[in-house]
Amino acid sequence: MARRRPQYKQQQDKEKGIEVEGVVLENLPSARFRVKLDEGENVELLAHVSGKMRMNYIRILPGDRVRVELSPYDLTKGRIVYRYK
Amino acid sequence: MSLLKSKGEIEKMRASGRVVARSLRLMGESIVPGKTTPKQLDEMAANIVADSGGVPSFLNYRGFPANACISVNDTVVHGIPDDEPLQPGWIVSLDMGVLLDGWHADGAWTYAVGDISSETQRLLNVTKESLYQGIAKARHGNRIGDISAAVQRYVEGNGYSVVRDLVGHGIGQRLHEEPSAVPNFGKAGKGDVLREGMTICIEPMVNQGAFAVHTMGDGWTVKTRDGKLSAHFEHTVAIGRDGADILTLE
Repeated sequence: MARRRPQYKQQQDKEKGIEVEGVVLENLPSARFRVKLDEGENVELLAHVSGKMRMNYIRILPGDRVRVELSPYDLTKGRIVYRYK
Repeated sequence: MSLLKSKGEIEKMRASGRVVARSLRLMGESIVPGKTTPKQLDEMAANIVADSGGVPSFLNYRGFPANACISVNDTVVHGIPDDEPLQPGWIVSLDMGVLLDGWHADGAWTYAVGDISSETQRLLNVTKESLYQGIAKARHGNRIGDISAAVQRYVEGNGYSVVRDLVGHGIGQRLHEEPSAVPNFGKAGKGDVLREGMTICIEPMVNQGAFAVHTMGDGWTVKTRDGKLSAHFEHTVAIGRDGADILTLE
């Protein structure tokens, strides 16, 4: 029985982070932001803007509602993947 | 790492191979054009293997639902036996594996159903010869790429194409083992070095048209994209100092 050719360069499934929404509180140096999450009263974290958003020049200001993707390993850091209009 | 087999282990594989060769021959000889169905051949294979005290290697392998792969015309490999009688002028590839005493052997042969056109016959001849061209390169110290290149050169030199998506493989106590791929295309001098005691399946799958293939919805049946014919010959061989020892012979 012929074997299906092993795919050496198989793309691994990109690890899917946890997506949550929040509000930007302040902007910090090096394109990072302090974001207050909707869930929970005082859940804040640091988030940077995703490369895809930077490429499209999406500016983020304090007060914007954003969607943040969190790494499952470190819930205090995140990546802003969407700015709501 | 390639798994090297002792002389005794290779003899066990030869015993399995004998059953494979016998099944393939008897199945091929039993074909009555217009009457025999792939399912009947499959049952026959099951009986022959059971009589030998072995087990069909393919049944339930990753969920394969039959004892043998029976691939008609534009089906390249892994055809699931059905009830449609084989018609004169068709070709049918029979592929089977046997597990006997803990060791596998795997072989395939493409048969003509009744009289076939001289062009179709040429496809079978070229595919079979390409297998032997590959086997001639299977010796201690050569590389897998030497086998691949020999098969590819012969096939393409005759105007056919070599399937890329499916490859030969190592074999032993498992049906598929190291080396994980023995392609039928490639460059001489590349790939893993062959060592005495390695056991591999060399299996050119040759298409009359382009090499592109696709898998049907059943998850197994692989057909040529252009609907042209495809042939498949396979032997399990043991690498030796002075050449390959074909294990799937009667």
